[in-house]
Formats: sequence, C-alpha cells, structure tokens
Amino acid sequence: MMQQSTPMHARPEYANETLQESQYGSAPQRNMGYPERLISKVGGVFLGAYGLTRGSLGGLLVAGVGGLLYHRGSTGICPVYSALDIDRSEPSPGPEIIRISDTVTINRSREDLYQFWRNFENLPLFMRHLAEVRQTDESHSHWRLRLASGLGSVEWDAELTEDRPGEQLSWRSLPGAELHNTGTVTFREAPVGRGTEVGLIIVYHPPGGRLGITAAKLANPLFAQMAREDIRRFKSLMEVGEIPTIEGQPTGS
Amino acid sequence: MKALCWYGKEDVRIEKIADPKILNPHDAIVKITLTAICGSDLHLYDGYIPTMRKGDVLGHEFMGEVVEIGPEVKKLAKGDRVVVPFPISCGHCFFCNQEEYSLCDNSNPNAAVAEKMYGYSGAALFGYSHMLGGYAGGQAEYARVPFADIGPIKVPDELSDEQVLFLSDILPTGYQAAANCAIRGGDTVAVWGCGPVGLFAMQSARLLGAERVIAIDCVPERLELARATRQVETINFAEESVLEGLRELSGGRGPDACIDAVGMEAHGFGPLGWYDKAKQTVRLQTDRPTVLREAIQACRKGGTVSIPGVYGGLIDKFNFGAAFGKGLTFKMGQTHVQKYLPDLLERIARGEIAPNDIISHRLSLDQGPEAYRMFREKADGCIKVVMKP
Repeated sequence: MMQQSTPMHARPEYANETLQESQYGSAPQRNMGYPERLISKVGGVFLGAYGLTRGSLGGLLVAGVGGLLYHRGSTGICPVYSALDIDRSEPSPGPEIIRISDTVTINRSREDLYQFWRNFENLPLFMRHLAEVRQTDESHSHWRLRLASGLGSVEWDAELTEDRPGEQLSWRSLPGAELHNTGTVTFREAPVGRGTEVGLIIVYHPPGGRLGITAAKLANPLFAQMAREDIRRFKSLMEVGEIPTIEGQPTGS
Repeated sequence: MKALCWYGKEDVRIEKIADPKILNPHDAIVKITLTAICGSDLHLYDGYIPTMRKGDVLGHEFMGEVVEIGPEVKKLAKGDRVVVPFPISCGHCFFCNQEEYSLCDNSNPNAAVAEKMYGYSGAALFGYSHMLGGYAGGQAEYARVPFADIGPIKVPDELSDEQVLFLSDILPTGYQAAANCAIRGGDTVAVWGCGPVGLFAMQSARLLGAERVIAIDCVPERLELARATRQVETINFAEESVLEGLRELSGGRGPDACIDAVGMEAHGFGPLGWYDKAKQTVRLQTDRPTVLREAIQACRKGGTVSIPGVYGGLIDKFNFGAAFGKGLTFKMGQTHVQKYLPDLLERIARGEIAPNDIISHRLSLDQGPEAYRMFREKADGCIKVVMKP
C-alpha cells in the first residue's frame, strides 16, 4: 500500500540551469547554510526567552530580534543576504509529505517489545492521541484517534498486513477509513548488550486533494514531533514501566 | 505547603501552594528537613536559563523524611531519612546502567525541547527549568521524588542533616570534577572559583592524590577560606595575572589539570570582559567563558580541563586552537551524583570530609528571597546558605 504514496517524494527536478535561474527572480530563496541556521535558531530562542521574561519594552524589542533570528534560522532565508545577493545555502532535498519515521533504541529484548506492540490494545498507553484500539479478531482492530480538543475523533478499522514475531509488524487501515494510514514497526537487535533498535514508519494519506496535501504538509512537523514523543513514551514505558510526567504537580500561581 | 517560587529575574517569592502528590508508581513524597541554595540557582535568579515559568518551585539540594511512597517503590519506606540527588534518573536505561545518571534517557518529560537545543536531552533536574523537565524543586516543605528507588540515599541517624545535605549536589560535583582530572601522584591542579563546588573540588583533588592545588578567585574571604581549610595556594585574579601566577607555581609547565568551577557567569576584566558582558546582555552569546578560556590557556600540554561549572548555550571567541595545539582533554557535564554517593557517605562517616564546614548562613525558608539576594551579592561573607522549611 505504501507504494501508493509516490507524491510524497515529489520535488521539482530542474532540467537545466535556465529554469533554476528563473526561480531566483521571484520569491525569496533559501540563502543560508545549515550551521548558520542552527546558530540563528538557538540564539533566537535564547534571545526570545530572555526578552519575554524581561516584561519591559526593551525586553520586547530583544524578543523581537530573537524572533527574527529564529525565523531567519528556521526558514533559511536571511533578508540581509537577499538584499546583498549573498547565497550561503547548500542544495537540500524537498520536503517529504505525511511520511513520518523515527528510530529509538530501547533497553529490552526484541521479543519483549514485539509482544507488547503485537497487542494493539496497548498502543494508547503510550500514543498520546490514540483514545482506544480494540482488537476485533487475531488480525483486525478498530482504532479511535482523539483530535485536538473540541474537534471530536476519527475512527477506522485496520488489518495486520505483516507479522514477523520479534522482527516486524505492519498494519493498514481498511477501505472506508476517514484517515487512510499505514504503519510499520521494526525491531532490530542493537550491537551487543545495547537493547533493540525500534523503527516506526507511519504514512498518512490526507483527504481532500491538493488542499488536504497542503494542510498535511503544514502539519507534518507537528505529526513528526507527535510520533517522536510517542516512541519516546514507548521507550520509557518499556524500560521503567512508567512515563515521566509533571502533570498535576503544584506550582505558584 | 510553603515553597520558594521563581517569578522572573531577581524575583523569587514564598508562596502557599498545594502539597505534591504521587503521580507515578515509582514516586515518593519527601518532607523536607533541610535545603540549600546552589550557585547554579543564581543562573536562574539572574534570568540566564531559558524555559523557566512563573511559579516554578526552585531548589535542587534537599533532604528529608519519606512520608509517602508509590505502589512500585521497593527500597524506601515511610519514615526513612534520605538525601535526594539533583539529577532525576530512571536506573534502567543505557546511561543509568553505566552509571552516567545525569544523562538518563527517561526522566525528562520535555526532552523534545532540550533535543532542539542540544541534539539529545540529558536527565531532568529538580527545579531547573522546563527544558530540563520542569519538576518542582526542593526549596519547599515537601517534594515529589520520581524514581525513588534509584536516587535517594538513606542516611544513618548519627549524621546530622548539615553533615549529609551536600551529598545532593555540590560535594559529588566537586568530587567528580577532581575525578575527571585522572590525577596522578605529583600532579598540580588549578581550581577557578572558591565557591562550594570549587572548595570540594580542591579537597577531592587532594584526596585523589594531587601534590599541589592552586585556588583562583577574587573575593578575599573566599580565598582566605580556601587557604585555611583546603591546603591550597591562592591567586587573586583581581591583583595578579593568573597565567603568570600559575606558570610560576607549576615550575613553568602549567597545571596538569584545570578545573572551571565557575561556569557561564564568570567575572571578566578588560576589553574582552566587557565584550563578553555586552554580548551576553543582548544574547548574542549566552555564556561568558572567561574562566574557560583562561583554563585552556593555562593548562599544560596534554593536560585536562574539567568543567563542573554550568554552561547553557553558545560562547564566543573560544580559543579552540590552543586546546587543539596542546592536545587537551575536556571532561564536563552534570554530575552523576548517584555513582559517588556510597563512597562519599562513607568518607563523611569516617570523618574524612566534613562538608558542613562551608555553611556560612543558616536561615528559614521564609527568608529565601533575602537569602538569594545575599548569596548573589556575596554579601556578609556568604559562601553557602542552608534553609529549614
């Protein structure tokens, strides 16, 4: 099913120099290199955090500069460079849409991790936005995903498409799903005594044509972060039997 | 309960807030009997650590009595008297398994924020910003202690609170700083900063076999205290050149190891000092690396620079060429407190170390806001403040 998602690798292929040059004339282009972008982002965060905590007009200005720095770092477009016609970027791959993958190493055996995941009803224990998974038979399950507050939930039926004990599990939503998706989790032994490398790949097929794809593109970093959080929570749950939290601790008003 | 809360730069207040509850099965609740202000708390007080939120409970050096335990806690019981290490560690991940407790994979619920800044997140700490977990700290009447079987160490009744409190942070931190120097007989060790961590680093360097220890500071009573209690020679950097002084005291070789027990808010002199202060003020750099630069410059070829002082972000004008050219080794990071506790507790019990000798002020928690001010100004000979809730 995952082969269907060819457009996610789509990126402009420049046939010749002329086309590439014509791109420069229009919208602002990325003109910063990676280390500089990182420094700009980190510096921006510090400046912003500092400025905002000052609570004064000067602080706000500092925060503003921080915001600009951060923006410059995250977009890779420096207005000063643009004005001076400087380009410090390096070629970068186009964005992948709605394909999320992440890897984590967990200090448990492949078998333990596989067993836990194989019971899909366990998934909501660490997938924050998953309200419920009900196993309907050996290879079918019903999933309910909680959307942001007030937006209700999305449900679908899924089937297991691959089950290799201790190695891999793959599933996909069945036709009729509101949010068509496929998932794969792999379990690979890490170098001696270092546990198991767990890989997670989730592919969403956004509804609603171009608009849906644009929305999904925008939401992609959010989804990627959510997946990373979920897999981190899986690791904590499997390594220590609990997920760290500060929700519910007292603070000053 | 009463707690000392952070509200902004130079703004900490005593507030009445709810008592902490057990939130996870390995939690314990500790009724705090003694707590302290750490030099690194001053970085929060001065507003240099991002991701603090108004109302955050401060404090990461505390001890007390276990009053409640979660269903999965096996090694502690109600009534146990414990000292709590400042890093929160799960005890089961790759890092905890090799005793790198302050690099724990599983304690920081906000690891994503730290990852954005550092690539990977270390352990969460008590009362030290949301990037490092956001856990409420121990300058309060009660604290929730996660992974209670891994961190807290039970202490015998014969030892007083003041004798054992500093096992929570500064004693192991000073000790690790010296241990990181891989000291061999005959070594000379230079320590920048005669605050509590510096003083314990000096003492530990001696215990680990250093021939000669040189203390560097600019506060006369601190230099005096170091001379009187730590068998060290001293250099007052306000009066003489540190580089020349160290060269002379080390027979022209340079110290075998240099310890930066100051960190990101170092005092600087001259144009480079002003430059650093200005850049830090507008956040073009977050940390003032005066001491670090000097330690790199002073260190002998092939020597070690050990850094217990806290750094948070970016530094500027960093003499990395000198570090490379001299083949230096760098060791740094938050302290793996749990690793050193049994040994250090025994040294205290044997009378080899009396950590309480650095306490200069004994106050109540209610006096917390004044205590921060005094400690920051180094007023009234303030070296170390302990507070009773």
